[in-house]
Amino acid sequence: MSDLTKLSLEAALAGLKAREFSSVEITKAHIDACMDAADLNAFVTTDFTNAMKSAESSDAKLAKGEGGALEGAPLGIKDLFCTEGVKTTAGSKILGDFTPQYESTVTANMKADGMVMLGKLNLDEFAMGSSNETSYYGSVINPWRKDEDLVPGGSSGGSASAVAANICLGATATDTGGSIRQPASFTGTTGIKPTYGRCSRWGVVAFASSLDQAGPITRTVKDSAIMLQSMAGYDAKDSTSINKELPDFAAACDKGVKGMKIGIPKEYTMDGMPKEIEDLWQQGIKWLEECGAEIVHVSLPHTKYALPAYYIVAPAEASSNLARYDGMRYGERVEGDNLYDTYERTRAEGFGKEVRRRIMMGTYVLSAGYYDAYYLQAQKVRTKIADDFKRAWEKCDALLTPTCPSAAFAVGREVNDPVTMYLNDIFTVTANLAGLPAMSVPAALDNNGLPLGLQIIGRALDEETVFAASSALEKCAEFTAKPEKWWV
Amino acid sequence: MFTAKRVADKKDWLSGRDHDWEIILGLEIHAQVASNSKLFSGAATEFGAEPNTQVSLVDAAMPGMLPVVNAFCIEQAVRTGLGLNAQINLYSRFDRKNYFYPDLPQGYQISQFEFPIVGEGEIEITPESKNGDGEPCIVGIERLHLEQDAGKSIHDLSPDETYVDLNRSGVCLMEIVSKPDMRTPEEASAYVEKIRGIVRALGTCDGDMEKGNLRADVNVSVRKPGGELGTRCEIKNVNSMRFIRQAINYEARRQIDILEAGGEIHQETRLFDNKKGETRSMRSKEDAHDYRYFPDPDLLPIKITDKYIDDIRADMPELPDARAARFVEQYGIPAYDAAILTDDKAKGDFYERLVSTGAKSRDAKIAANWMMGDLFGALNKASIDLDDSPVNSDGLGGLLDLIGDKTISGKIAKDVFEKMFEGGAKTKESAGEIVERDGLKQVTDTGAIEKMVQDVIDANADQAAKVADNPRLIGFFVGQVMKASGGKANPQAVNEILRKKLGL
Repeated sequence: MSDLTKLSLEAALAGLKAREFSSVEITKAHIDACMDAADLNAFVTTDFTNAMKSAESSDAKLAKGEGGALEGAPLGIKDLFCTEGVKTTAGSKILGDFTPQYESTVTANMKADGMVMLGKLNLDEFAMGSSNETSYYGSVINPWRKDEDLVPGGSSGGSASAVAANICLGATATDTGGSIRQPASFTGTTGIKPTYGRCSRWGVVAFASSLDQAGPITRTVKDSAIMLQSMAGYDAKDSTSINKELPDFAAACDKGVKGMKIGIPKEYTMDGMPKEIEDLWQQGIKWLEECGAEIVHVSLPHTKYALPAYYIVAPAEASSNLARYDGMRYGERVEGDNLYDTYERTRAEGFGKEVRRRIMMGTYVLSAGYYDAYYLQAQKVRTKIADDFKRAWEKCDALLTPTCPSAAFAVGREVNDPVTMYLNDIFTVTANLAGLPAMSVPAALDNNGLPLGLQIIGRALDEETVFAASSALEKCAEFTAKPEKWWV
Repeated sequence: MFTAKRVADKKDWLSGRDHDWEIILGLEIHAQVASNSKLFSGAATEFGAEPNTQVSLVDAAMPGMLPVVNAFCIEQAVRTGLGLNAQINLYSRFDRKNYFYPDLPQGYQISQFEFPIVGEGEIEITPESKNGDGEPCIVGIERLHLEQDAGKSIHDLSPDETYVDLNRSGVCLMEIVSKPDMRTPEEASAYVEKIRGIVRALGTCDGDMEKGNLRADVNVSVRKPGGELGTRCEIKNVNSMRFIRQAINYEARRQIDILEAGGEIHQETRLFDNKKGETRSMRSKEDAHDYRYFPDPDLLPIKITDKYIDDIRADMPELPDARAARFVEQYGIPAYDAAILTDDKAKGDFYERLVSTGAKSRDAKIAANWMMGDLFGALNKASIDLDDSPVNSDGLGGLLDLIGDKTISGKIAKDVFEKMFEGGAKTKESAGEIVERDGLKQVTDTGAIEKMVQDVIDANADQAAKVADNPRLIGFFVGQVMKASGGKANPQAVNEILRKKLGL
């Protein structure tokens, strides 16, 4: 039965529909795998009892030839999505045992489509981090362990690890500066951050509202297309949601890249970046050329300002978004001598170091006298970066870049060096700042046998091109490596 | 910009030790938009509901909740802006004002800081003055913006705990900011009356100060008349016209006393204690929050079109100024009366029902006098709102009809009115019924009057003899006859018959 966990989501859905196996069977297989993989610390909360109930009800539907696009498929949910009746922590102590009475739009869409939810996946606290080491619920371990424990990337580290370790068929994730793509790259999985506004933010614990966007982490490009199709869609409850019909993402995967113009931005390189990443990028160019794409060289001159601008805008919004965690209505409260003492103790003890650091930064950049110099300036940079992309789209249909400047690193190595940690996002934040769809595809192993990803960035609302180019890369790369199963 | 060119009339200066002082006043009015649901959530806004029963997930700032702007509130803001003759901005934006307080669940208030929906405008006010007619003056409007109200902290239910009621959290307020154009407490209260009249006429706010859905922050400073502006203090949340005047009088005098003692005014926020009639410090500028305003990333900017504004304009009801002008034209009443009768929608509606319904058309001027005199006087004395008046427009109209057809005299009418007002809603007796019951009908039967006149002359033969030399004595006889008739005799008939009989 254990081979059911090795299926792609696409294959699993086909098998379920064809009644080759039941949802109960495949769900049970994944529950067993989850229990075996406790060492990865991928889950904050499991909900196996309800998962089995969902599986039974899916089987009933499938037996009648009914069911939605995800009917019966056991999936994981990043613990940033509010789930009705299931504890939602955002990886933070401050939320305590908070259990929402409501369901995020994204997970509600997936439940309506028949998903079986295995549980809530670990993440960096409030999605702030690039290594999944800031979670109050402990670090997530990358299944690609070598001699030492490696980080899975972050903030969607639980999602990436779980998908890489075959303990769920796919997982939801969110991406504010690279939190889907970087962990996908670190774990040999695939993930897309769609255009800002494609997936409703309603019911997703906010980090930085103008950047946050949900998307899937899966094992194949087609799987991402299938999951995104279910997750995305207009939602009147989110004012920034896009009211546009969704294209058929899965169909787009088969379109090919013949005649497509792929831009290579010269600025996407970094001092000290391993040569093998540079080489992989060149390899990616060759692959796409071989598939019939035309390669053009483009310039995105403001790229170097993206990371500093991101680390102003994101903390600024976070400092305000996280003000609601004050111990007054839900979550943890640490009583103090008076109201302000209670606030201070609650927030000092409830938030971890990295979250406190970002609240401090964000509060600072919004302060009287600093707003113009930081926040306003960062917003101007944001416009410049968006303009850079607009100019690039005059020459090409999509961009190819490395996803990250490195492979997964050891647990503990960067966590005390925020600047180095922040550099993980250098190639991914631009798509967030400009609101563009971007996908990471596993492309090769480095000299240490660790996965590396390539990134495709597309025009706003043009996920179809991103899926087409990513699919082409996926075919050429033939990335089939799996981590050794050391955790059982 | 901050201009304070206008200098108050000399009569309005406050006397000081070395020189007179002039008060400079600017107001911020918070007017709750009359909407069924909140600015960013679908929760109800009904007044007086049980605590925390009108709270959505958004209002309680649950994790992951997002605001969605209530389009009806935008429309009401535009409508109000048009009523204030103000610039409507095609682009406006919501910002976050960040601070911590338990009745502010989000940790920020969503407000419009940099780009308000309504810009500059102006209105004309007619402050009451001691000698009756007031001089109209113009007050500039700086801006109108939309914002969320906070919840309510309740400190007096427990000795050591504070309770929070979030029913008001997220309710839509319009903040209307005036320019510092007012110079007397009467101007300030007339300004609030005027704004209240406009929003009530428009239906954009109920304007009920007791329920707190219209409240004012008053900025007070003093200066040497026409001189450099002084430092201002802001008195928060004053909730009646009388308190506004009281607070200003107290605060201006306080500031003058400090300045004359060689001190200086520190910019601060003050509270008005309406029991003691004084203001006291709430927080100084040094304690002021850094609100860290920035655009709310959960909301898109509000973009409206000229057509949207034109459609609202086309649908505007008559406003107090236009109504007053029409009253002067249509009913021939003085401008001052018209201004008073239109400063509130309920008054104007009452007046129009009074003069335009009923069997015969009623004398518009007499109707105005009755409303402004007897009716408003009685309501004021009893602290009753016009809407709850025991004598409604039909009741008062019936009384006016009895005067009009000479069934009763004006003097008797005042007694009848008092009886109607006291009986009020309970007895619901009409003027006619009271006149009938108490036998107050005016006596116009000349035979009956002649007999009464003759009786009075007979009883006062001495006086009658002196009338030829002193015709003013006729007044005495009129009085005696009226007394004898219990006030019911028609005064004109009495006069005529008396003159005839006394040979005048």
